[in-house]
Amino acid sequence: MAQVTLRRVSKSYDQHVQAVKGIDLEIADEEFVVLVGPSGCGKTTTLRMIAGLEEITGGEITIAGEVVNDVPPRDRDIAMVFQNYALYPHMTVFDNMAFGLKLRKFAKDEIRRRVDEAARILDIGELLARKPKALSGGQRQRVAMGRAIVRHPKVFLFDEPLSNLDAKLRVQMRTEIKKVHQTVRTTTVYVTHDQVEAMTLADRVVVMNRGVIEQVGPPQELYHSPATRFVAGFIGSPAMNFIPCRIQGRGNELTLRLADNLSFPLPPDRTQRYGANTDREMLLGLRPEHLTELKDQAKPNVVRLDSRLDVTEPMGMEILVHFRINGTAVCGRVDPSVRAMAGEILPMSADLNHMHLIDPETDRVI
Amino acid sequence: MADGTTTVSAPALRGFAPPARRSSLRRFAQRRSTTAVLMCLPLICLIAGLVVYPFFYSIWLSLLNRAMTRFIALFNYRYLLRSDTFQLVIFQSCFFAITAVFFKALIGFILAHVMHNISGKDQKLWRGVLLVPWVIPPALSTLGWWWMISGDYSAINWLLEQVGMHPVAWLASTWWARIWVVAVNVWYGTPFFMIMYLATLKSVPDQLYEAAAIDGATWLQKIRYISLPMLRNIISITVLFSLIVTFANFDIVENLTAGAPANTTHVFATYAFQLGIQSGNIPLGAAVSLFIFPILAIFSVFILRGVGRRAQEGI
Repeated sequence: MAQVTLRRVSKSYDQHVQAVKGIDLEIADEEFVVLVGPSGCGKTTTLRMIAGLEEITGGEITIAGEVVNDVPPRDRDIAMVFQNYALYPHMTVFDNMAFGLKLRKFAKDEIRRRVDEAARILDIGELLARKPKALSGGQRQRVAMGRAIVRHPKVFLFDEPLSNLDAKLRVQMRTEIKKVHQTVRTTTVYVTHDQVEAMTLADRVVVMNRGVIEQVGPPQELYHSPATRFVAGFIGSPAMNFIPCRIQGRGNELTLRLADNLSFPLPPDRTQRYGANTDREMLLGLRPEHLTELKDQAKPNVVRLDSRLDVTEPMGMEILVHFRINGTAVCGRVDPSVRAMAGEILPMSADLNHMHLIDPETDRVI
Repeated sequence: MADGTTTVSAPALRGFAPPARRSSLRRFAQRRSTTAVLMCLPLICLIAGLVVYPFFYSIWLSLLNRAMTRFIALFNYRYLLRSDTFQLVIFQSCFFAITAVFFKALIGFILAHVMHNISGKDQKLWRGVLLVPWVIPPALSTLGWWWMISGDYSAINWLLEQVGMHPVAWLASTWWARIWVVAVNVWYGTPFFMIMYLATLKSVPDQLYEAAAIDGATWLQKIRYISLPMLRNIISITVLFSLIVTFANFDIVENLTAGAPANTTHVFATYAFQLGIQSGNIPLGAAVSLFIFPILAIFSVFILRGVGRRAQEGI
């Protein structure tokens, strides 16, 4: 049973640079939490503070109810998988995996049993006698995970473990990690800058930016109801489009105005939410899949938007089209059966049922 | 017609055959390996002249009588092995080289770790300060040490007297003299070990230590299981290198004790100098200096074998 709690945790270097600015986070037992964000957002620092590799400037971290601020890494009962695997080059795969158990004075039989069990889970049984140099990237990755599994720790920590693998192997190992977590069921904190990894692996995703947590939630929630402009733009690929707009009108008769000759009635269920923000510069957030070719059957709140295409990118299952709305470059997704050609005008549609309205002053989604 | 054909074919023949030979010569000259050998030739000549020739010449010398007029085979060697003084020289050389190298490596290893944990600018400063003994010519620094410990002007004895202890005739007692010779050599040679180990420590990824910390290692276990194995090759190489240099050391012993008291601090080089140059028995001196060779050859084989194996495993 290992819950991890961060209370007002902060980290600063030389009193000037604040890498982490007082974050709060509760991680439940057996939960798989992914910290995601761009480089320098403080996610790796946070992970290293949980591991005890980085001193905590302020706040409190507890693992399984015990405050660990001043507990050295070896006594925290955690296991970590590093970005470059950090396998001991002078030890065989077996010794690499057994090292932590040997230091903790486990019996030889027990070490053998645990290493064999981990090797079976990870399918590296025949590599046990090899040294790390004789392994491929994917195999090293498995050994690094094996080293974590054999310890039966309270918490697994992963620090961008897949970023050194090629794209194909990364997808494969992603599935492996998920499978391992389903088998071993240990509280896991996983750091990545790849939002796809975050979405696919996590029970809950923690989006970080500039040392603070922007939003915490299950992947679907983050995708469909982002709390801030940063989360809206960070989650999802291609990224959400942001178009300057204005809300006009009164009561239940609000319109969304994108340009002088381009305004649409707002969906009736949004009027109450947006009513307080009329006649201000706002941002309309619309994902590319909600900017698509005009369909024959009219749906409520789907508005027509004829556009001259700048660039088209055929992806196979879809075509990405780039065009402008009142000067702002946006990206849409159309069905591959549509004849989309750069330079030509295509009847497009915007699905306002899925719109987001962002206040540019606070960068929060309303 | 016949004349015509000969006049035509003669230049054609001349023009054909010699260029074929010339072009193969040119091809030989243009081969990269040929160029490489040619470029190395000055060095090869230099090594042949300064190393290979003196080596074989000293072997030849050691097989001659004192006046260098008669070939006496291994007589000089037999004489040396039966001489009590030379047996002492063998013991003293081994004692000197092995203890000095051991302490140089040990202190260098500890200093490198201390240095590695000092951050940024301070490290640069301390590194510079600690390198000083190594950059002073040993003959000069030995003279400084001699001043501090020799009977008449000894600063160390003065210090002892200040704290109420009796002065010691450091260089007149066999074991004190031996210890001082080793100590000065350690003082002089440690920075080399420190800088080599520090450079290698810097190339060990921090994450190995972090992984070990998470795996449950104490600092001593990190040194035992990470630093030592990762530094094994450089330790082997520096130890071998230093053994060679220390076995052949001349200036520290010569300047500090010159073999005194009663030849008990002589090493191969100073004894060879005394016999060969000062006493004028060049063949016997040559025989003494050649004794280093088989001892170092055995060391080298053992040490380099391990280095080669580990290099293949990528450590």
